[in-house]
Amino acid sequence: MGAFLRRHRGLTPYLLLAPGLLWLAVFYLGPSVQMAVSSFWSGSLEKGYVFSFANVTNYTKALTRFEPQFLRSILYGGAATILTFLIAYPLAYAIAFRGGRFRNLLLFLVIAPFFTSFLLRTLSWKIILGDVGPFLGPLKAIHLLPDDFRLLATPIAVVSGITYNFLPFMTLPIYVSLEKIDFRLIEAAQDLYANRFGAFQRVTFPLSLPGVFAGSLLTFIPAVGDYVNAELLGNPDTTMIGNVIQNQFLTQNNYPTASALSFLLMAGILIAVVVYARLLGTEELTAGGA
Amino acid sequence: MSAAGAVIDRPGPTIGNRIFRFLDRYLLVIYTLAAVFYLMLPVLVMSMFSFNDPSGKSNVVWQGFSLNAWLHPFEVNGLQKAVTTSLGIAFLSTIIATALGTMIALALARHGFRGRAVTNLFIFLPMATPEIVLGASLLTLYVAIGVPPFFPLNFLTILIAHIMFNISYVVVTVRARLAGFPIHLEEAAMDLGANEWVTFWKVTFPLILPGVMAAALLAFSLSIDDFVITNFTGGTISQTFPMLIYAKTRIGVPPQVNVIGTIIFVTAVGLVAMSTLVSRAQAQRDQRVARRLTADEAAAA
Repeated sequence: MGAFLRRHRGLTPYLLLAPGLLWLAVFYLGPSVQMAVSSFWSGSLEKGYVFSFANVTNYTKALTRFEPQFLRSILYGGAATILTFLIAYPLAYAIAFRGGRFRNLLLFLVIAPFFTSFLLRTLSWKIILGDVGPFLGPLKAIHLLPDDFRLLATPIAVVSGITYNFLPFMTLPIYVSLEKIDFRLIEAAQDLYANRFGAFQRVTFPLSLPGVFAGSLLTFIPAVGDYVNAELLGNPDTTMIGNVIQNQFLTQNNYPTASALSFLLMAGILIAVVVYARLLGTEELTAGGA
Repeated sequence: MSAAGAVIDRPGPTIGNRIFRFLDRYLLVIYTLAAVFYLMLPVLVMSMFSFNDPSGKSNVVWQGFSLNAWLHPFEVNGLQKAVTTSLGIAFLSTIIATALGTMIALALARHGFRGRAVTNLFIFLPMATPEIVLGASLLTLYVAIGVPPFFPLNFLTILIAHIMFNISYVVVTVRARLAGFPIHLEEAAMDLGANEWVTFWKVTFPLILPGVMAAALLAFSLSIDDFVITNFTGGTISQTFPMLIYAKTRIGVPPQVNVIGTIIFVTAVGLVAMSTLVSRAQAQRDQRVARRLTADEAAAA
């Protein structure tokens, strides 16, 4: 082994990469290709499927039939991304610049919710936001809210559920980019007569933008594809594209339509990733900033 | 303009500046505490409702205190089997994904090679793909193959999926720790006659071990918690803990599920706390040794 490697130095990286990349090729790339093929199928699970490019109508039919769900997913995902940004930025800022010796503890507390099941956390929100729950119950008791007011089964509940779930995805990249900032740059801005708000506006915030972009991508992508929050906290009028895909795949067994829908979702995301890579480069993607 | 004039020219505090200073000084602390409370609230509620006595009703309204669920955690049908299945998949996928991912991270961090940019993108893509698409596309592959061991869906089909989505997270975590790795230590080992194999296991591996452990912990927690991908790649043969929770949401989740959730949370937090304390103790010991060595050298001189 050692002698072989000495003779073929250049091979080492490829030998290290091969097993993992092969796994991803077979079980990530392979299924993606299969899904592309399936989206051009016609037929049914019982009678068998036929491939034809004429079945591009699967896409147009899926888009027109499920347009409301697509639009709703983008709307909910976008709203949740903006909300996570508004909540996460001050938090990341506080940890990076005011954390002091509590910095690691605070970072740990940000990711600690991940150690509980995602489903159980979402179910907890169902309890908290419940019609007579600990949040609405007291407000109704003192007649600040009408008795029939509810949060559960509304778009507000779905968006706040998504916001909660992906908050750490936004906080950590912003923290990483804030923490990297050379403090002397901020001091220099102040020496050059910028007040503290000006220094933040002109120096700190622009330097943290890579983290904001990474965090937005990491939040928006899973948020658009999410269906558990809409399922557990929403109602039939808040279904997102994920609910449709899940239903078409697992209940209707309508693989062609479901594949076309997944592929449309995936295509939108690929465009977002490519734009990101063009703007900020590929090294940032896996270098630990994300 | 004189220096004194420059000081006077400094812009006075604007409204924006004043607000910013106030926020910066006091509100940030309060805000951070509130945010941490917000993040932990569902976890607290989950643990609290493991002590609820739902007495036949579904476990969403507080009825009364009971230790019943803690005393009989596996009274729920299929719960013990689901937890065992989840643990098995989490252990196996963690070990395999950590090995594969660490190798990729080493290649990316240490070697220049053709196709780096493509590799980076390829590693990132599974993390950027929504879980539902990952699960759904694997399902179409399994259905298209249509024969055992891939169809009907089983333990193996879930395991394959978990290894797949864990690899990228391991690469990112290990690679972050490899930044600034002291390559001269490896060169020193080689100069002293160690071959690549010995150098790796005696020098490189012990140095990257903390990063590898962190990656394994992440992979384990991602695997044990995954619902969406598992729901697509697992059929009726193997049911994991999250699949069981989801199945129970329709008829009401029993408090025993909250008990298991609480145990998993406390165990994970305990493990992280322990590994932090151990690495801190090691760092302190290393510092003491270094100080003693310098002191000895000074004494010898």
